[in-house]
Amino acid sequence: MSTREPISTGSDWSFELIETYDREIGAIAREFGLDTYPNQIEVIRSDQMIDAYSSIGMPLGYNHWSYGKHFVETQAHYKKGHMGLAYEIVINSNPCISYLMEENTMTMQALVIAHACYGHNSFFKGNYLFRTWTDAGSIIDYLLFAKRYIAECEQKHGVQAVERVLDSCHALMNYGVDRYKRPYPISAEEERRRQREREAYVQRNINDLWRTLPVSARDGEVHEPTFPAEPQENILYFLEKNAPLLEPWQREVVRIVRKIAQYFYPQRQTQVMNEGWATFWHYTLLNELYDRGLVTDGFMLEFLASHTAVTAQPPFDSRAYSGINPYALGFAMYSDLRRMCEHPTDEDREWFPHIAGGDWRMVLDGAMRDFKDESFVLQYLSPKVIRDLRLFAVRDDDREEEIEVAAIHDPSGYRRVRELLASQYNLGDREPNLQIVRVDRRGDRSLTLRHTEHKRRPLGPSTEEVLKHVHRLWGFPVHVEVLRESGEKALVHSCPGAVKAA
Amino acid sequence: MSYVIDRRLNSKNKSAVNRQRFLERYKKHIQRAVQDAVDRRSITDMERGEDVVIPASDISEPVFGLGAGGERSIVHPGNREFEAGDRFPRPKGGGGGGGGDGEASNQGEGDDDFTFSLSQDEFLDYLFDGLELPNLTKRRLKGDGSHKYVHAGYTTDGVPAKLSVVRSMRAAKSRRIALTGTSKRALKAAEAGRQKAEEAGDELGVARFEEEIARLRRRVLRVPFLDQRDLRYNLHLKQPMPTSQAVMFCLMDVSGSMDQQIKDMAKRFYLLLYMFLKRHYARTEVVFIRHHTVAKEVDEQEFFYSRETGGTVVSSALKLMHEIIQDRYSPNEWNIYGAQASDGDNWNDDSPLCSRMLSEDLLPLVQYFAYVEITRRTHQALWREYEAVAKRFPEVFAQQHIRELGDIYPVFHELFSRREAA
Repeated sequence: MSTREPISTGSDWSFELIETYDREIGAIAREFGLDTYPNQIEVIRSDQMIDAYSSIGMPLGYNHWSYGKHFVETQAHYKKGHMGLAYEIVINSNPCISYLMEENTMTMQALVIAHACYGHNSFFKGNYLFRTWTDAGSIIDYLLFAKRYIAECEQKHGVQAVERVLDSCHALMNYGVDRYKRPYPISAEEERRRQREREAYVQRNINDLWRTLPVSARDGEVHEPTFPAEPQENILYFLEKNAPLLEPWQREVVRIVRKIAQYFYPQRQTQVMNEGWATFWHYTLLNELYDRGLVTDGFMLEFLASHTAVTAQPPFDSRAYSGINPYALGFAMYSDLRRMCEHPTDEDREWFPHIAGGDWRMVLDGAMRDFKDESFVLQYLSPKVIRDLRLFAVRDDDREEEIEVAAIHDPSGYRRVRELLASQYNLGDREPNLQIVRVDRRGDRSLTLRHTEHKRRPLGPSTEEVLKHVHRLWGFPVHVEVLRESGEKALVHSCPGAVKAA
Repeated sequence: MSYVIDRRLNSKNKSAVNRQRFLERYKKHIQRAVQDAVDRRSITDMERGEDVVIPASDISEPVFGLGAGGERSIVHPGNREFEAGDRFPRPKGGGGGGGGDGEASNQGEGDDDFTFSLSQDEFLDYLFDGLELPNLTKRRLKGDGSHKYVHAGYTTDGVPAKLSVVRSMRAAKSRRIALTGTSKRALKAAEAGRQKAEEAGDELGVARFEEEIARLRRRVLRVPFLDQRDLRYNLHLKQPMPTSQAVMFCLMDVSGSMDQQIKDMAKRFYLLLYMFLKRHYARTEVVFIRHHTVAKEVDEQEFFYSRETGGTVVSSALKLMHEIIQDRYSPNEWNIYGAQASDGDNWNDDSPLCSRMLSEDLLPLVQYFAYVEITRRTHQALWREYEAVAKRFPEVFAQQHIRELGDIYPVFHELFSRREAA
């Protein structure tokens, strides 16, 4: 079978070897039809990796104490040996930047190249969420603009003042995304120009909001339209545009955090898919290298050892258990899709008639492009994967004394387990549904957020803290009302001032 | 299409700014940890970093989240014996349902307190933050070995090792141009003349010109390529470096009443002082003087660990300190600091003498003299005498009282805290 000499036999890497491996892996990836951005592979030291870690993978970020905190934390863990450092970090940009650590062996470098430069890269380029929400071509420019702008603000207004706004924005980062409008990509130069315009314009018009006081309320029943006319889910956007007391530069800071939140929005929704896809492809690509005789048995053993470690799924009662491992679940699902195409069983034909026996490359490509974690699980989690992982669902209802096993990996439970696991990846299920419903324009200018309750789950203990941040940005009182599933409403939090739970 | 880029040489410490901001924000916690460390640590390992623990609640970055309660279903892997419909009690008091749920992993960290390490430098920075040496009339001086060489141009005289080749060749060239310029011009003219004579067939003229040319050539050749006077040497001058040096006198009572515990406390105090001085002065020397009825200069080991018994005559130590200053540490050259620790016992008739020696002999010579009394009992004559001294010399003399281990750092802080310019 082996028609060619292996590319390398030792464990040391060199730049020539990295280029050779990249060329070979890239060639195979193209044969499999992977469509990628150009790659920019950067070799870095371990301390640079810690840097990259602590700035949530952004190649350049503005300065903020929380990144320092993450840095200190990562460094401490790394020094104590609690964690190995990043398997890889890859940035959704064009060209797609991947980091290789200089401490890695040649095998690990090849693994990371296959995983990041071809796996993640093709996912970034193909998946609809990334295509819709991020603009790989301009992100680096935008980050640079953000870093400069924030540094400028720090010079003008003091580090503390900027830090306070950033703290507040970070607290609301998850509520800074327009879920229904497609953002329009713009260049950094354009961004700077528009920023200056916005600054002047917004400040001139912001007070319009308050000018529309009703002429008179003589008959007591003036029907003033509520503001905002429709509930707003993008809290940061609303504050940026409507908070009466913010300075122009503060609005711009809010906007920067919002933009960056939006850039990360797809990543939070495609963890299983993204990691599963990259893992599936590094496994497939490196095995292909081996089949073509380009790598040695030793290489494969080292690769399989780390592949197995990454895709390990400890059972729920193990001390190592910390939830479902997205690498394990994703890899199992994509691998099973391929199996269903190549070696379908009767069960597959029953469950996935349109997939069983099909062309696995087409099927996988479709399963990568048009889904996010929630719909991906709902669509493709097969009975076999449920059985292999021995998945079971536990229902915890605080009205009942005991918790209950709702479904297990048996014929009557497959669908239920699949639904429940899918909803677990639904962002709406993980985060409270909060929307801005009202601004009291005629009274105390207070802002009301509505929490629409889902399965009676209340807001968490940090709500009061976050409300302080909303209050800081809004400048006037902030309330939270809850809309229960029964349809009743109640005021549950206020800032400033505490409200007893109704 | 791929590019491979080596970024290993890129700047280090990209996160340094963020780390500093983080430290700044949690300064209070860090300072508390540093103070605890001073109280807790063994005497010899003051100079290393420290782990700082910050409660999770103080450092969290809050986000909207869901709380406990309501109904939720979680899918777990690794089922062994459960069947659908099995019921069992809620683990751990019925919180939000089980151990590793999806949300916990989403938020990244649990409720553990946040721990991180300060480096040794940072530790000392926080330890001495806000402290300052009083009376910093640092004396500039020319001590031994405190010279540096500075480049001071070129000289025509020197040792071969310092030869400046470029300068020498430049000098040679300019000399050659200067000395041969006229001859070369004449040579050119003669050659042109010979050419003309040759064309005119004037053999006599040619011969005369050739003779002239030969003469001029010899003249040019006589000018040497390199001459002794072309040589240039780098000139380095020895410049005295203004350095400041300090000597610290540690005076301790080792009479029978001072037990090991009190000595330990004294030692901590001295150690802090020593580290503090070391940060301020390029050279810091320490003189240990212990005394009971007689004073003696000893080394560190003996100072802290040997025991003597007998009465106490404090003035003997002051006297010895004065002698040593006269002998070895001229106040013109040294910044002198004195620190005296005692349990307050003294031979009653001796205390007024101490007070007099201090005010007349020592205080004019020293930058600062600190007295710490380590005792749980009431003050005795020595404290009262020193109180009077402190009143008269508030600038250079201070006394403080230490009751227990925890007092040391606050007292130290008090003695050296930055004062508003009076």
